[in-house]
Amino acid sequence: MNAAAQAVVPLGVEPVIRLVEAVAVLGKFPALAGTTLTVRRGEIVLLRGANGAGKTTLLRLCAGLVPLVRGSGWVVGCDLATQRESLRSRVGLLGHANGLYGDLSVSENVRFWGATAGAARHEVEAALERMGLAGRLADVKVDRLSAGQKRRTSLACLVARRAQLWLLDEPHAGLDATGRDDLDATVRSAALAGATVVVASHELERAGALATRVVDIVGGQAHEHAAEPAPRAEPASDTDGRGLQ
Amino acid sequence: MNAWQVARLVAAKDLRVELRSRVVLNQVLPFAGLVMVMFAFALDKDNILQRVSPGLIWLATVFSLLILVQRTFAIESADGALDALRGAGVSPAGVFFGKSLALAVQLLTLEVLLTGLAVVLYSASFSPGGAVVMVATVLPATMGLGFVGTLYGGLAIGASGRETLLPLLLFPVVAPVLIGATRATEAALGAGGAATSDGWPWVALLTVFAVLFGVGGSLAFGPLIEE
Repeated sequence: MNAAAQAVVPLGVEPVIRLVEAVAVLGKFPALAGTTLTVRRGEIVLLRGANGAGKTTLLRLCAGLVPLVRGSGWVVGCDLATQRESLRSRVGLLGHANGLYGDLSVSENVRFWGATAGAARHEVEAALERMGLAGRLADVKVDRLSAGQKRRTSLACLVARRAQLWLLDEPHAGLDATGRDDLDATVRSAALAGATVVVASHELERAGALATRVVDIVGGQAHEHAAEPAPRAEPASDTDGRGLQ
Repeated sequence: MNAWQVARLVAAKDLRVELRSRVVLNQVLPFAGLVMVMFAFALDKDNILQRVSPGLIWLATVFSLLILVQRTFAIESADGALDALRGAGVSPAGVFFGKSLALAVQLLTLEVLLTGLAVVLYSASFSPGGAVVMVATVLPATMGLGFVGTLYGGLAIGASGRETLLPLLLFPVVAPVLIGATRATEAALGAGGAATSDGWPWVALLTVFAVLFGVGGSLAFGPLIEE
């Protein structure tokens, strides 16, 4: 069958992420050198590894932003080789940059990013509330926020977009203790609601406590970690897998 | 979301950013006004100024376009927003049309000011028929400039030294708009003895240019902003 014409595989039947010997290059450098990884729905997977190991490239590959050069991969039922564009609207990536407009207020940013996914007004307000940005902060220009508040705003945008798969690159960076607790609670709630979360972090204690599974990334390859993850509840079965509502 | 919904969303966002930052109001409009005044100082003879005023209006517009394009893509690259737009899976054609539309609205404001300045500084004047030709000139010329600006802004955004690269890319491509809009405006103002009806073929050229870059730009913008 023509790969381009292949139907999108329904969620629940296939793993949310399935990479087999995946290779991705940055320039001419193979940032991912034959990575094999499977992530199932409702998991919170921590990616750990040294700088330059390939964590960010793996997240961007799963977000459909980096092309798959060799091997095969499916993310939320989409083939990475042929369906990268279809995949993007179903995945939320929080990268090193926040993706915010500095001249707009917090609520205007969250409304804009929510609107790209068709979020209703009440969903935007719920996202602001969840990340502690409702009230006075909602009307403040993003340029006037602290680094941690900007990170929270970016997370609120992710919540408003109702992604099925959350890809978080150093999500705790810049957050204060309250912000970190809010983030962890949000991620746990999202996973309980059926979303799948992959976190790349150097903050192993906090991110490790959040994760249900740990994967080491070394030299562009994934290695399962033997250590037991923190216990957590099973994902709810009556949700549509679209994360927080 | 379909491409038109994305275009509306992006255009509204870009215009809201402008309303909040007031860069066009506080920097681009005064710059364009200064260019017109400097031309008046440099040429300093009423008959020459009246003769060349159509070209000066569009030269000042093209110079200002450069600032506007750099600004509209600076807000996208400052905190990785363009990357986030790609990641959100919204239609690249919608982003292209939205940014072009917002750019055109800002250019239109600028052109009204510049035409007013030409009337005041260069003693330019319109007949009723000339005013119709002027409106018919401004609309396709502005859309054409918006499309080209967005396309080449998207092309230059990832390049090193984009501030200097953009004028090198942009100016040769907008030359047909500069020529066509200048000739049509000469007809509208009756500059150099041009008849009003002489403007219509140039309006047709501007329309073809706008359509070509609108269609071509919407197809090319997606691949341009991909890694």
